[in-house]
Amino acid sequence: MADSGVTDEPGTKDDVHRAKTEGKELSKEEKQRLRKEKKQQKKNKEKKDEKASHESEKKKNKEEKPVSAAAPASQPPTQPSTQKAVPAPAPVPVPVSETPALADKPAKTKADLKAERRARQEAERASKQAATSKPKAPPNELQPVVKRLPEHVQVDNPGVLKKLAKKLERQQTPGCNAATNAKIPLRLDYGYKVSLFSHLHQYSRKAPLTQQLSIPSTVIHPAIVRLGLQYSQGIVAGSNARSVALLHAFKQVIRDYTTPPNEELSRDLVNKLKPYISFLSQCRPLSASMGNAIKYIKKEISNIPSQCKEEEAKRKLLSCIDCYIDEKIILAAKAIAKSSIEKISNGDVILVYGCSSLVNHILCEAFEKNIKFRVIVVDSRPRLEGREALRRLVQRGISCTYVLISAVSYILPEVSKVFLGAHALLANGYVMSRVGTSQIALVAKAFNVPVLVCCETYKFCERVQTDSFVSNELDDPDDLIVTRKGKTQLEHWQDVPSLGLLNLVYDVTPPDFVDLVITDLGMIPCTSVPVVLRVKNVDQ
Amino acid sequence: MPGPDKETDLTERIEAFLSDLKRGGSGTGPLRGSAETARETTALLRRITAQARWSSAGDLMEIIRKEGRRITAAQPSETTVGNMIRRVLKIVREEYARSRGSSEETDQQESLHKLLTSGGLSEENFRQHFATLKANVIEAINELLTELEGTTDNIAMQALEHIHSNEVIMTIGRSRTVEAFLKDAARKRKFHVIVAECAPFCQGHEMATSLSKAGIETTVIADAAIFAVMSRVNKVIIGTQTVLANGGLRAVNGTHTLALAAKHHSTPLIVCAPMFKLSPQVGRLSSLNSQFTICISGEILSKVNVHCPVFDYVPPELITLFISNIGGHAPSYIYRLMSELYHPEDHEL
Repeated sequence: MADSGVTDEPGTKDDVHRAKTEGKELSKEEKQRLRKEKKQQKKNKEKKDEKASHESEKKKNKEEKPVSAAAPASQPPTQPSTQKAVPAPAPVPVPVSETPALADKPAKTKADLKAERRARQEAERASKQAATSKPKAPPNELQPVVKRLPEHVQVDNPGVLKKLAKKLERQQTPGCNAATNAKIPLRLDYGYKVSLFSHLHQYSRKAPLTQQLSIPSTVIHPAIVRLGLQYSQGIVAGSNARSVALLHAFKQVIRDYTTPPNEELSRDLVNKLKPYISFLSQCRPLSASMGNAIKYIKKEISNIPSQCKEEEAKRKLLSCIDCYIDEKIILAAKAIAKSSIEKISNGDVILVYGCSSLVNHILCEAFEKNIKFRVIVVDSRPRLEGREALRRLVQRGISCTYVLISAVSYILPEVSKVFLGAHALLANGYVMSRVGTSQIALVAKAFNVPVLVCCETYKFCERVQTDSFVSNELDDPDDLIVTRKGKTQLEHWQDVPSLGLLNLVYDVTPPDFVDLVITDLGMIPCTSVPVVLRVKNVDQ
Repeated sequence: MPGPDKETDLTERIEAFLSDLKRGGSGTGPLRGSAETARETTALLRRITAQARWSSAGDLMEIIRKEGRRITAAQPSETTVGNMIRRVLKIVREEYARSRGSSEETDQQESLHKLLTSGGLSEENFRQHFATLKANVIEAINELLTELEGTTDNIAMQALEHIHSNEVIMTIGRSRTVEAFLKDAARKRKFHVIVAECAPFCQGHEMATSLSKAGIETTVIADAAIFAVMSRVNKVIIGTQTVLANGGLRAVNGTHTLALAAKHHSTPLIVCAPMFKLSPQVGRLSSLNSQFTICISGEILSKVNVHCPVFDYVPPELITLFISNIGGHAPSYIYRLMSELYHPEDHEL
């Protein structure tokens, strides 16, 4: 074995060259052979693998190395299969191929050996391919990305729910005692769900996730627990507020973090963040802006060089997060306000819906510039967020009118412009925002009033969606219950089997209702969102 | 003496009716449905016909008009009262014409030809006295009352022609007519109803509990979600407060948005309205309600204007079909129906 192993090395370079040219052709031929041999080799496959692996264990690994240079994408599926088939630990192929060619060998026997080896390896590769079924796709820039469907829209699939439960159990920080009940609890759905939305979660605000956590929780940092509770009770609400709160909580986590021995900060910290993110998404599904922020942080963490000392790395990360908040949220708001103020003129009557921090900022800035306008705040049950916007605007001294959303068609003839905020902008140009936004845009369109949406670029999302059903959030259904004239009609809605309450949080507005989107990159039409996304991806 | 007693009794009843109307409108008294108001108005008019002192049709019409003006002034937004008064006036005219023996041609319509040719004939002063007029008028009013009692049932009988199985139907607020319509269809068909709650009074909640108790799958949504769920709705069925002469509606707050959303998704909008809701008046389109329950803190409430309209105007282009007790009609036919119910001279009381 050792001799034959040694004789391999001078031939590896030739083999590399040949394998590169023949690799792709072989795979096509092998695919044809696969179909014929699959049925025959099903039973023989295991025996062959064991025999072949024992005999030419090292040779196979060496051959894999040059083949891997030719087709790197194909390696991951084949390597685990060989590792599974090989009961003994396979020797690390790297040093073997890198060692320079040893002493000279007789050339004639080399060619024979090569021929034999190649024949054997072709057979093994065919058997391997019979075992694995993944096609070898060459890496391409426009490779179709098979996205994994997120868990929170597959609630009607019991298999997915079981997987989530297992994942939450597994996510424990290393070193914690298995005896302590240190796992992230799974939040249970509440109440009767309308059949159209059985694929979404519906939680009750009265049963927050933290009730199922043990105190003190060794898995989850207390800042994250507090944040999760704030999300689920609605104390921190609004896309920007949630993202900023998340980033501040992560800053606290990073400050309190110490690298355990024998671990690298760049890998361990990312693993540490995973249970936190699962916990937060159980408290309330993550928004698009939060998702983008988390992606950014993970990227920054994994880009930390391994030589970096812990203190320095932590400082760097903290400053990265500060920079992100400054750039993407605060400066972006300033830029958007500057562009929007050009669109507000004296004597305007502006209609706003709900409480969007960005739109409020714009209106306050416009008021500072002494533009004379008045505002109509539209509000809707059950959240009644417009009251908060009303409070902020009236405190600045802006003259306001307040209506409920059912009165929009009554008040719209007076309105000159509609300013709306957004939760996310989808790649097909649809605007995802608080429920009711699409209705206002519809009525404004019917009355020929321009609709302007204000949105920062960090909220742009690669998802596409055409209706408000496939991906949404269901809020606590008990919020719809109300007492009027001393009677609460829906108090016992759970007892009536055919009655359901639906409390949607988001809806999507089609791009033909929106006239302009004002972003920190400028004023764009709704359909230019994928262009911006592409530019952003290229930058990164 | 029977005469003055009858008079005082009559005035008492009229006063009681007026105060009921005023209380009902301001929200302090019990809320009455329009059908009930229509029946009570007609009953009151029958009493006036029976007990008031009049000698000719013209006198009767004068009395009715006078009382009618008072009653409509008490509660202008309750249009059924005015409608019933005009119906009774039309009945009086018809009975008078029949008693006089004039031909059955409908001479109500003003046409250019008639204006030019029959200058004097149109001046009927209704001064002739007919002994049987009283009895005829009262009999005709009784027929009207029977018709009023059967309106909801007549509309509900047509339900199965319009609702098929596994439909998703959307409605807004609370309408007794629509409730009866849906419950009648539910006896034979299975379908799903989505009710928009219609803030701030949230009458949709009552509608939903009532429908779900009848075994219909019901879902309550907030007003803000109307457009979001409209893509899955097959039909929109609503009631209304008044049907206007051009085929438009004066309906509860939020109906215009619902109609626009239905138009955007090309969903048919069906209005269940009995004939007594048809009104020729073009009064204020929406009245504002003072009882608006919101919780804004006091210090900003003083600096803020709050609007709470009660009714919405829905133009006829957004409506697909009217279902009334005499059948189904397109909005473009409403003007014709109105000309059959009311005399043009009565449009202004």
